[in-house]
Amino acid sequence: MSSESKQILTTDGIPLEVSLKKAERKNKIKAFLLVAPLLLFLLITYIFPIGDMLMRSVDDKMVTQMLPKTFKSMETWDGKELPPEEVFEAFYLDYKKLIEEKTFGKLSTQLNYTKNGFKSILKKLQRKMKKFEEGNYKEQIMAVHPRWENVEYWRAIKRRAPAYTSSKYLKGMDMYVNEEGKIVNVAEDRRVHRILWLRTLEVAFFVTLLCFLMAYPIAHLLATLPMKYSNLLMICVLLPFWTSLLVRTASWMILLQQQGIVNDFFVMTGLVADDARPEMMYNKTGTYVAMTQILLPFMVLPLYSVMKTISPSLMRAGKSLGGTPFIAFWKVYFPLTIPGIGAGCLLVFILAIGYYITPALVGGASGTLISNQIAFHMKSTLDWSFASAMGLMLLAGVLAIYWVYNKLVGVDNIKLG
Amino acid sequence: MALPKYTETRYRVWHYFYITICSCVFFFLIAPLFVIFPLSFNAEEFLSFSEGMKNLDPDAFSLRWYKDMIYGTKNPWGLAAKNSFIIAIFATLGSVLLGTVAALGLSSRHMPFKGLIMATLISPMIVPLIISGVAIFFFMAKAGLAATHTGIVLAHIILGTPFVVITVTATLSGFDHSVTRAASSLGSDPVNTFMKITLPLILPGVISGGLFAFVTSFDEVVVVLFLAGLENTTIPIQMWTGLREQLSPTILAVATCLIILSTLILVTAELLRRRSERLRGINR
Repeated sequence: MSSESKQILTTDGIPLEVSLKKAERKNKIKAFLLVAPLLLFLLITYIFPIGDMLMRSVDDKMVTQMLPKTFKSMETWDGKELPPEEVFEAFYLDYKKLIEEKTFGKLSTQLNYTKNGFKSILKKLQRKMKKFEEGNYKEQIMAVHPRWENVEYWRAIKRRAPAYTSSKYLKGMDMYVNEEGKIVNVAEDRRVHRILWLRTLEVAFFVTLLCFLMAYPIAHLLATLPMKYSNLLMICVLLPFWTSLLVRTASWMILLQQQGIVNDFFVMTGLVADDARPEMMYNKTGTYVAMTQILLPFMVLPLYSVMKTISPSLMRAGKSLGGTPFIAFWKVYFPLTIPGIGAGCLLVFILAIGYYITPALVGGASGTLISNQIAFHMKSTLDWSFASAMGLMLLAGVLAIYWVYNKLVGVDNIKLG
Repeated sequence: MALPKYTETRYRVWHYFYITICSCVFFFLIAPLFVIFPLSFNAEEFLSFSEGMKNLDPDAFSLRWYKDMIYGTKNPWGLAAKNSFIIAIFATLGSVLLGTVAALGLSSRHMPFKGLIMATLISPMIVPLIISGVAIFFFMAKAGLAATHTGIVLAHIILGTPFVVITVTATLSGFDHSVTRAASSLGSDPVNTFMKITLPLILPGVISGGLFAFVTSFDEVVVVLFLAGLENTTIPIQMWTGLREQLSPTILAVATCLIILSTLILVTAELLRRRSERLRGINR
């Protein structure tokens, strides 16, 4: 009782602590309600659909739902020898139902993904099944085609029983589950995706490096020049920044083509012969040059905003204490710019790793990146679950970098323009 | 950057070397844009400078491709420009509205889970466009909004809001909250305070966020490629198809127009930035 009597009361007689807590909660709710519309909008239209991608990438319910009886009867089958009669019967009943529903085509496509050769034998089975007599389905099915006597095919069916699969992710890394259920690499000549991942990393890394090497001197110049000159030069950075990506890519296509201006210049100065004009577009060179120029402003701006805050007197102090300009720069100026370097490099790397438009236009076959592969599967092969899986693998990488970026720089500190 | 008289020769050399490097980088940044201007006035169908152009022969220049852009038969640019502007304007309005309100909440010091929510709101800017494209496409297809203007506008609102949130929170970070408290103590209700006090002060930030959202929508091609049908073609889609199929000088005419547009936007954004800094008392 004694402690209560010491409590400070508001004019309404409520303890101050309670009253303050109430006000605090009210403010919290008010702030949250302001954010709620956008948060809700993004959750529904953006975050959940990314979750949907995750579901799609592991989803394998299609086959599970098409052959329910078969998988049920297979539960007790150990997969060593040919399955017993009841499995054959269940398979016959399932497949008959699919034929009646006219959806058996999907099954043959799906099973063919797991093991080549299913398409033809399922088609043959569909034709022969009309004349099947009741009972002894094992013999009747095996008589349709010798492959039905091969236990490998039945094991392949059993492998599709789980409703979820990691096969799309394995495929994205050029791996697959073999007949014994082990994860192995695909044949060396068919490893397309690993090359793409490595190339994406390589391009992103070197583009970041090139951007850094080019951006550092000009950001320094912009930060140290008097305002009236630096504002003028800043336009050179900001105009490309605000210009359409496609316009910039188009200008590189004009510059880099075989009869283009860069090649004309090379020929004019005698660097190359007129009949030996180098191919600078539709390969990696094109991707490098165009991406570096397009992403350069994203490196210059964070560097500039950090360098702008460094007082010039620090360098003067360094020099007056006996350091040569180079030592003063290396020991004093450079360490102070590291936050800007980190911000710029991570930003450019994140942007470069997911680049799509420029590589697709100037990259040709040897300059395309993982994004182009995702688009290819979305639009051409229509293997959306595979596209989702590759997209999420890329996303995981980007989020890891974003997390580092957030730790180092903080999202609140992103500066625009 | 004039060097003092006592500078040693080696630093003098280094200084000029440094200036040369900087000039080269600036040239690399800006020169590609200026290639497009003269070539768009080419009288011929080639994408390189003709002999006539090199000799500045007036006959080698023409407005042929600009005429083709506007009056050409079967030309898609009219419809594309109309669609692009409609979509960008609505997307900008949506982004500015949602983004500004959210930024007001985020700048409150009472906001719970600030970091997590900020990261979520910014995510469309960080996630590679191709992934956003796939995810948004799945949503729009389910909602029956694929190949509609509404679907594309919603997609562009998603991509545009992070820019508004960032610019407006930045403006609000230097905001003196005592003015709104003064308004309330003088008897103003919150809505009135916002309209009369807060909004005019943060307006430069809101508009420059809006400009970012506009440019994002106007220039966006990856997500639209997934969403758009024949009816919803936009300028970027037409440029994309043009660049993939055949590089015609008409594209350069369009590109020139786009560069002029981006120059205008750049000037506006710069003026706004300076005004905002003056209002917030950052500059001098």
